[in-house]
Amino acid sequence: MLAIYKREVKSYLTSMLGYVFIALNLLLVGIYFTFYNLQYGYPYLDYTLSGVSFVFLVTTPILTMKVMAEERRQKTDQLLLTSPVSPGKIVLGKYLALVTIFLIPMVIIGCYPLVLSSFGSVPLKTDYTALLGYFLAGCAYLALGLFLSSTTESPVLAAVLTFGACFLCYMANSLGSFISGTSFATYIALIVAAVLVCLLVYAMTKSSVISGGLFLLAVILLTVCYFAKSSWLAGGIQKIIGIFDFGSPFSKFLNGILDLRSVLYFISVIAVCGCLSVQSIQKRRWS
Amino acid sequence: MIEVKNLVKKYGGHLAVDNLNFTVEKGQIYGFLGPNGAGKSTTMNIITGYIASTEGTVTVDGHDILEEPEAAKKCIGYLPEQPPLYFDMTVAEYLNFAAELKQVEKPKRKEMIQEVMEMTGITDVGGRVIKNLSKGYRQRVGLAQALIGFPEILILDEPTVGLDPKQMIEIRELIKSLSKNHTVILSSHILSEVSAVCDYIMIISKGKLVASDTPENLSKEMAGAQKLSLLVKGSPQEVESAVGNIHQVSSFCCEESEQEGVLKVSLEAEPEADVREEIFFAMADRKLPILELMTTSMSLEDVFLELTEGGEEPEGEEKGRRKSMFGTRLKKTPEEELEEEEENHAGNL
Repeated sequence: MLAIYKREVKSYLTSMLGYVFIALNLLLVGIYFTFYNLQYGYPYLDYTLSGVSFVFLVTTPILTMKVMAEERRQKTDQLLLTSPVSPGKIVLGKYLALVTIFLIPMVIIGCYPLVLSSFGSVPLKTDYTALLGYFLAGCAYLALGLFLSSTTESPVLAAVLTFGACFLCYMANSLGSFISGTSFATYIALIVAAVLVCLLVYAMTKSSVISGGLFLLAVILLTVCYFAKSSWLAGGIQKIIGIFDFGSPFSKFLNGILDLRSVLYFISVIAVCGCLSVQSIQKRRWS
Repeated sequence: MIEVKNLVKKYGGHLAVDNLNFTVEKGQIYGFLGPNGAGKSTTMNIITGYIASTEGTVTVDGHDILEEPEAAKKCIGYLPEQPPLYFDMTVAEYLNFAAELKQVEKPKRKEMIQEVMEMTGITDVGGRVIKNLSKGYRQRVGLAQALIGFPEILILDEPTVGLDPKQMIEIRELIKSLSKNHTVILSSHILSEVSAVCDYIMIISKGKLVASDTPENLSKEMAGAQKLSLLVKGSPQEVESAVGNIHQVSSFCCEESEQEGVLKVSLEAEPEADVREEIFFAMADRKLPILELMTTSMSLEDVFLELTEGGEEPEGEEKGRRKSMFGTRLKKTPEEELEEEEENHAGNL
C-alpha cells in the first residue's frame, strides 16, 4: 500500500496534473480571499470558501481522472492486481495520495487566517472550522472522482463523469427545490425509479419473472403507501436528493459549527465511494 | 507447484478456456503453445489472479488463488503480454516500486534490483525514463519486474516479443538459467522458441489442452508414418508410374521445383518398411536421376499444426502454397492443405 501511495504522490508531483490542481486551488481561493478578506477587511472565511467551493467541480476531475482509468488503459493494473496487495489496499493507497496532494494547497490556505490576524483580531476557531469543512468536502469529491475513474478505462470519460457527478452533488439542494414536494410527485417519481431498476435487473438476469415480480411488488407497496399514509411520501424526492447534497453539510462548517453529523456524512461518502471502487475492480475481474 | 483443475472461463457467450487441467512441477520450464486466441493469456491471467475463472480452481504452492490470493501471488512473478510499465518513471524507480510492491525487505532491495538489472541487461538504461525506451528494452524491464523478489514461479507471456534475434537468444539463455531455481511457464506462438527452451510443452487450442509432453516425445509420438522427400529429374507422369509400383508407398505428390525439369516429390510409406532402395531402383529403371533423397521425421511444427488445426473445416478457396521452413510435407487431405495456409503465421518459426 505504501508503495502505491508513494508512487502516486511522486507521479502527481512529476507531471503537470498535480501542479495544475494545486495552482487552480490556490489561484481561486487567493482571488476570493483578496477580494473579501483583504480588501473589505472581513475576518471570517465563510464568504470566501462558500464562493470558491465551485472550484471542486473543476479541480476534482483534473486530479482523479487518471487515478484508476490510466492504470487500466496502460495495463499497469496487471502489475498491481497480480502482486500480493489486496484491491482494498490499492484503493486506499491511491486515495491517500489524492488527499496528500489536496493537503498541499490546504496547508497554504491554512496560513491565510494567520495573515489576517496580523491586521486585527480574527476568529481563528471559526475560520479553521470552515477550513476543515472545506477540506472534508474536497476529500468527499475526490473519493467520488476515484470511484468514477475506476469504472472506466478512459481518463477523459472519467473526467466528464466526475464533473457531472460533482455538479449534481454541488447543486443537489437547489435541484431539489425545483421539484414539487407533494406526495403524488414522489409517488410518480418512485414508480419511474422502480421501472428503471427493474429494467436494470432484467438486463442483468434476463429473467422477466424476477424483474416483473419486483416491479409489481414495488408498485403495490407504493400504492398502498400512497393511499394509506400519503404524508410519508411528501417531500420524498427532496429527501432522496438530499443524500447526494454536499452543499448543506459544508455550509454548517462555514458558520463555524463543528457538526458531528456533517463530519460523519463526509466520512461515510468517502467510505462508500472507496468500497464501490474496490467492488468495481473486483467486478471487472469476474466478468 | 501449480495445480489447475477444470478451469473454465467464459466471456459472455464465448468460451475462452474450456475445462483445462494440468499440474506444473518444480524446477522445469513449461511452454504454452497455441495459435493466437487459443486462451494462453487468459489461462495465465487466471493463474496469476488477475482475472477470476468462471469455474474451476487454481492452486499455487498449496494456496488457492481465490481464497488466499496474497500468499499465492507472493510465489509468482508475472510478465503479461504487454509489460505493465509506468511510462513516467525511470527504470530504477520502477523496479524499486515493484520491489516494494512485492514486499522485498528494504535492505535487500538495492542489491536485488542491481542483480536483476544485470541479468536482463538493462543496467545502462537504469536512469532513463521508460517512455523513451525502445520496445525491446521495455520488454526487458518487464521481465526484470517479474524477476524481482525471485519468486518461485515465473509466468512469462510471450517474453521475447519485440526483441531482436540476439536479444532473443540472450533472454532464452536467461530463462534456461532461471530454471535452476525457478519454475517457469512461458507462452509463445513461436515454436522454435518453445522447443529450444522448454522441458515440457502444453499445446492449447481453442481453450483446450490438446497435448502435453516433452518436445522429443511429442514429435516421436506423432511421427507415425515414414516420410521421404526427393528431387527427381523427369516428368510427373514418369515419376508416378515409377512410384506407383511400390506397394508400401501409401501416398505421394509431385511439385515443380525452382529448377526446370526437376520435380519435388514427397511421399509417405508404411512405418516399418524402408522404401529408399526400392525407390532408387524404380527410378533407375526409368532413367530418372535422383538428385536428392531425404527422410523427414515429423517436426514439432507439424505436430503443432496437426493438433491445433486438425479438426477445422477446410476453406477451399484459401489454399495458399507456402513452403515450410522445416522440410517438405505431404499433401493428402483438404485439411492438410489448410494447414499449409496456416504456415503463413508459422512462417516466423
